[in-house]
Amino acid sequence: MPFIPHTDKDTREMLDAIGAESIEDLFDEIPKELRIEHLYGVPEALSEMEIARLMRERAQMDGSPRCFVGAGAYEHHIPAAVWDIATRGEYYSAYTPYQAEASQGTLQTIYEYQTMITALTGLDVSNASLYDGASGLAEAALMAVRANRKVKTGLVLLAPGVNPVYEKVAQAITGGQGLTFEWLPRDTRTGNVAFEELPEGRNPVAVVMQQPSFPGTLEDVDRLTDWAHGEGAFAIGVANPTSLALMKPPGKWGEEGVDIACGEGQPLGIPLSSGGPYFGYMTCKQKHVRQMPGRIVGRTTDLDGNPGFALTLQAREQHIRRTKATSNICTNQGLMVTAATIYMSLLGVDGIAHVARRSHANTARLADGLCGIDGIERLYDGPFFHEVALGVDRPVAPVLDAVAGHNVIGGYDLTEYAGTDALLVCATETKTEADIDACIVAFSEAMDR
Amino acid sequence: MLRRSVHWESISMSELIFEKSRGGRRAFAQAPGGDDDLGIPGQFLRDDRPGLPEVSELQVVRHYTRLSQKNFSIDTQFYPLGSCTMKYNPRACNSLALLPEFAGRHPLGPVRFGQGFMQCMHELQQMLKEVTGMVGVSLTPMAGAQGELAGVAMIKAYHDARGDTGRTEIIVPDAAHGTNPATANMCGCVVREIPTLSDGDVDMEALKRVLGPGTAGIMLTNPSTLGVFERHIKDIADMVHDAGGLLYYDGANLNAILGKVRPGDMDFDVIHMNLHKTFSTPHGGGGPGSGAVGVNKRLLPFIPVPVVKETEVDGEIVYDWAAEEDFPQTIGRLSGFMGNAGVLLRAYVYMRMVGRDGMERVAEYATLNANYLMAKLRDAGFELAFPNRRASHEFIITLRHEAKEFHLTAMDVAKALLDHNFHAPTTYFPLLVPECLLIEPTETESKETLDNFVAAMIDIAIRAREHGVEFKDAPFKMPVRRLDDVKAARELDLRYAPE
Repeated sequence: MPFIPHTDKDTREMLDAIGAESIEDLFDEIPKELRIEHLYGVPEALSEMEIARLMRERAQMDGSPRCFVGAGAYEHHIPAAVWDIATRGEYYSAYTPYQAEASQGTLQTIYEYQTMITALTGLDVSNASLYDGASGLAEAALMAVRANRKVKTGLVLLAPGVNPVYEKVAQAITGGQGLTFEWLPRDTRTGNVAFEELPEGRNPVAVVMQQPSFPGTLEDVDRLTDWAHGEGAFAIGVANPTSLALMKPPGKWGEEGVDIACGEGQPLGIPLSSGGPYFGYMTCKQKHVRQMPGRIVGRTTDLDGNPGFALTLQAREQHIRRTKATSNICTNQGLMVTAATIYMSLLGVDGIAHVARRSHANTARLADGLCGIDGIERLYDGPFFHEVALGVDRPVAPVLDAVAGHNVIGGYDLTEYAGTDALLVCATETKTEADIDACIVAFSEAMDR
Repeated sequence: MLRRSVHWESISMSELIFEKSRGGRRAFAQAPGGDDDLGIPGQFLRDDRPGLPEVSELQVVRHYTRLSQKNFSIDTQFYPLGSCTMKYNPRACNSLALLPEFAGRHPLGPVRFGQGFMQCMHELQQMLKEVTGMVGVSLTPMAGAQGELAGVAMIKAYHDARGDTGRTEIIVPDAAHGTNPATANMCGCVVREIPTLSDGDVDMEALKRVLGPGTAGIMLTNPSTLGVFERHIKDIADMVHDAGGLLYYDGANLNAILGKVRPGDMDFDVIHMNLHKTFSTPHGGGGPGSGAVGVNKRLLPFIPVPVVKETEVDGEIVYDWAAEEDFPQTIGRLSGFMGNAGVLLRAYVYMRMVGRDGMERVAEYATLNANYLMAKLRDAGFELAFPNRRASHEFIITLRHEAKEFHLTAMDVAKALLDHNFHAPTTYFPLLVPECLLIEPTETESKETLDNFVAAMIDIAIRAREHGVEFKDAPFKMPVRRLDDVKAARELDLRYAPE
């Protein structure tokens, strides 16, 4: 019996101890009319050898195309040590660290993670993670509503550079509590917020901005943060953590810095894996710590006065506060945080900066090559970082389809976002010059048709 | 000498990675070299140096390997944590989910580069429908609590779509997981709590009193968190439906009934599953989870997207995404892409390895282990919270007498068990049973392990009952002693700050 150790003798002895005739007797409290006979829709069991063969076949069907898509998830080199250690049974098969004495490994790792992510974002406090970047924004918006108490509108304004899926997810998660999300006007020349058209007197509870923006542009986040604060709103900053080795951290945007930062942690050593599991990071100013959702680890001392780590401020959480909790979140993305902590330790700030620089240089090289093709040009003026939007003179989907024939995923179809035929491309440090040239050739041929 | 070296060991092991840092040290093999030009204006760049550690690759490997050794885990200890289903996580599930093509697949890649993955997801949806008795499954919720949110949001969307907008009350038994009332609140609903009878079943009279035109639905776990099967489930379903409400099934305890009885057949309208419990994906020290939801016909239009659909193109089966166009009434998207895909792959591998017959055996042996452990602990003099009931896959003992007479609380037993190299059961939950331990052995544990656990429990009890030993200071053999939680909350130290 797969994964069940009982011998017939064990089973017999155990039933005797219980005083039952058969295992079936143990289910005698379930009304007979509800019972089912068999799960016919589940196939017969496979051995490990058989399932391994099947999964390898399925994996080969997916292939290994050269990928030039980012759009919220980025292919970076992951050091072998990251997942070798993270999948050690002691991390992999442990539970949430409620029993602190038996969980110091996980707890100290989270404390170190909290230190690293606050350093990168330039803020004071981090939680132990949320599900992903998109749902993280939903939690940040709800947190702003709790912490920015004098504003009752529930209105959250989004800079045009915020990932459009984040808005959809935030809407779906917070809709029940009456939050509304509205887009700020876009300057179609730069792709960034149109400052001269900003609405006044809307009394938003929060303003969300993303750096680098979804289409890779650089927003004037200093000015936008100050504008948000001037309107009485919280500033929420979304940032790619890889970029933060080089770029100004959200905690220093504008005069006062943002109130809450959040974003997708995937670039920090998490495989693309079809979209998850990733993790959402969230950091904030010290004064808002009691409104933060999710688990937080603190350092304290034990009975002997030695340092140790424990979950803290648990009175915010659902298992204590129930209806009045800051969020319903319970399980988060613990293992991904372990991996990210190991990744950040291995790379260090210099290593992450090198990854960011090379990714940016590769993307710039790709953009130059693609813009040399008739019918492709930069969509927005101004600087970009590590991802770039390109206007195309014809529908993008058939072009991408033709490019895919070269075993190249040529970019993300930005048409719906941009309101014009457009493409979003990204070449991380994992791409060689030959990879980039292959992508350019694929586009040249596709555009030549 | 020995004492001194042990002392030294314990101090060095709580040293932070930052304290090992030396300026200029790096794991040079792990990042590209060169100094590529950025060409980005200075206003966008940072003028400080964030304090990440500067350490070698070996230092990192040693630090986190040694940290991991300070954890209890399923792979190293028996972990009878009630309501958490800490069963063995087969290693093949991990290695196969991390095959390079799966690990490297971009979520926004075209479906032509994802047919293998999507076929797995489609088959997983089909298998989960079968084991729950539901007609639709969405895999996108990223943990049980997000599955709950999806479920309650669907219930609300259903009422709203019918113009029945006055239904804002969610009924929750007092034994429910904390996520249930927290979720209802997050969905903008009002929580109506109902009591449980002394035999563990729901108080039907109390239920009758709270049902009415304001009822949106009820959230139930069955078997409940009290470790017993709700025997009146059919009557409850009829009463709630007659009142115009819907039934939500919290799948935390699905392991107990796999292949025996299905939530769909009990007339539930929506269910979430904790794939990290029932389908053996790892708990990871607090996630990632996966909270797939199943729905009946009524709620199918509102299911969160995307889901995988099977289509036919030129006579060939092609897997594709079904999203907003296919489900215009959907409650929307809950994750940036499609949820915790890698966790879903692990659950898929697990289900295929366990197979049809194995599903039923999961419930059978989980239940056998729980009832055996319950009988042995009862025989050893521990008081059962529900002595006249069968255990489901878990059960509760109460230490109210021991606490009163011998100053042996549930917390003390939990900490003393750690010194016996067993992880503690769930303590002080459910809230309505005083000084309780909620114990769930799971089907993957052997009789010898259960017997050893009973022996440890007896040892602790005898020392308290007969020798007056107190365990207020336990544990003694862990990397740290009991921690000062009050200090942790009062003097917040949430990140390392060099002095």
